[in-house]
Amino acid sequence: MQPPTETSRKPALSRSALGLRLAAIGGVLVAAAGAFAYAGGWLAPHRLTPAKLITALGDRGGDPVGHRRNHSKGVCFTGTFAANGKGAAFSTAPMLANGTYPVIGRFAIAVGDPDSADATGRVKSMAVQITAGGQQWRSGMNDSPVFVVPNPKDFYALTLTQDIDPATGKPDPAATKRFFATHPASRPFAHWAATAPWTASFADQTYNSLDAFRFIDSQGHSHLVRWSMQATIPQTPVPHAELAAMGPDYLEKDLAQRLGQGALAWHLIVTLAAPGDPSNDATKAWPADRPQVDVGTLTVSAMEPEANGPCRDINYDPTILPSGIAVSDDPLLPARSAAYARSFDLRTAEAGAYPRTGGHL
Amino acid sequence: MNQTAFSPAQRALHWLMAIMVLAMLFIGVVMVSTVRPAYLTLVAIHKPLGIAILVLALGRLALRVRRGAPPLPADLPAIQVVGAKLSHVVLYALLVAMPLVGWGMLSAGGYPVVLAGVVHLPPILPHSDALHAALLQAHIVLAYLFFATILLHLGAALFHALVRRDGVFQAMTGAGAR
Repeated sequence: MQPPTETSRKPALSRSALGLRLAAIGGVLVAAAGAFAYAGGWLAPHRLTPAKLITALGDRGGDPVGHRRNHSKGVCFTGTFAANGKGAAFSTAPMLANGTYPVIGRFAIAVGDPDSADATGRVKSMAVQITAGGQQWRSGMNDSPVFVVPNPKDFYALTLTQDIDPATGKPDPAATKRFFATHPASRPFAHWAATAPWTASFADQTYNSLDAFRFIDSQGHSHLVRWSMQATIPQTPVPHAELAAMGPDYLEKDLAQRLGQGALAWHLIVTLAAPGDPSNDATKAWPADRPQVDVGTLTVSAMEPEANGPCRDINYDPTILPSGIAVSDDPLLPARSAAYARSFDLRTAEAGAYPRTGGHL
Repeated sequence: MNQTAFSPAQRALHWLMAIMVLAMLFIGVVMVSTVRPAYLTLVAIHKPLGIAILVLALGRLALRVRRGAPPLPADLPAIQVVGAKLSHVVLYALLVAMPLVGWGMLSAGGYPVVLAGVVHLPPILPHSDALHAALLQAHIVLAYLFFATILLHLGAALFHALVRRDGVFQAMTGAGAR
């Protein structure tokens, strides 16, 4: 064999042939770069991106830099989940097998301003990370019985109505009213928000997965489920007018005071769907007569301020699931995962704006 | 070495990994810009595909060290020789670095590194917001550098094939191997 230069060098190209070939090469490169730009959405400014959602969530007032862009005001807790083994009939998830597993969690209110007065938050939330057998189950749950919108597009539209209008420095309340008037799917949530009693504690609330998931049992059968962390203490309603006067960190102080007297408990209740129950619409409650299984007890034993707490750098992405639990076709789940990742990416890069020595307590 | 083409194993790995890497880059830019259900599917592909690229890249590097590469044409201008060698070093470095940066970023973010079902990889870095932020930035910058270098590589390959017609392109297609 001989070096390629001596065997394969061809006669010189004519000027026009050379121009054509160079143009063809340029065309291939432009097409490749264009396809990349198209895929990345740079040519589709109307695509709903995680960045757009998170920007809109961050524009609802206050300064969320360094914080979660939603459920921005919260507090960490630690505890255990004691599974009674009943869940193992429906799912092979290691944390549903009889046993006790560590939990890192977070209570929060569903607002954009990390300095909000927490007792005035209409929606309270609980997030948990349960670890077992080297696997994790992360879940973010709200105390509303249903979610406010069925899909990410409506969530974005609703969030935009809550954004600060630069002209007035406040959101336009008429915009939110218009949203609910024109989105009938949001009525069950609106009804709950208008009629459910307000309380001044994280401890007396039941927190719901809202989205549907699939439990996979040892036979490989799939069960459509939703779950709830059911409170074990009765609710103490507080007149709405009194909540604003309770100070900025009332819920955190209430939790600290309760935990000072002893641990708090919730029951993890799994609701099994019947055929025809919606898997892809978190605005619709399932009928009340669906079978429910108490699969174990969450014990919250300690809390820590978020600034230096163990929940701070956890992304409670509800699609981080162990084997034996899978997402349903609910369109909110991929959107939550994508948006939570964006929020996490921002806040881990902004940690300097949220000193670890701070905290509300 | 007086070979005129890469070995069949080297060529097969090159083209297989070309498809895998382009798929990774396209999956990457789509997944960070969508909230649609495809997001979860793309993320689930991105992680094991990245690790597969890491494994293949290490094998390919070993093969390159053992089998070498056909010589560049003797009359290739020095600047193009430097460009060719430098771009190949960058491509090999990125093939190894990108999956490691991604794996490290997930580790530093406290995420489980799930390949498939119960098959998890261990974290390679401690849970740290500063590390996560730095590695995420690196992952993004290196991804664009990767795509730009691939475009350069593709342009150069086509220049050899269509303009210089010097056998360099055929060394990887195998068409001129005999």
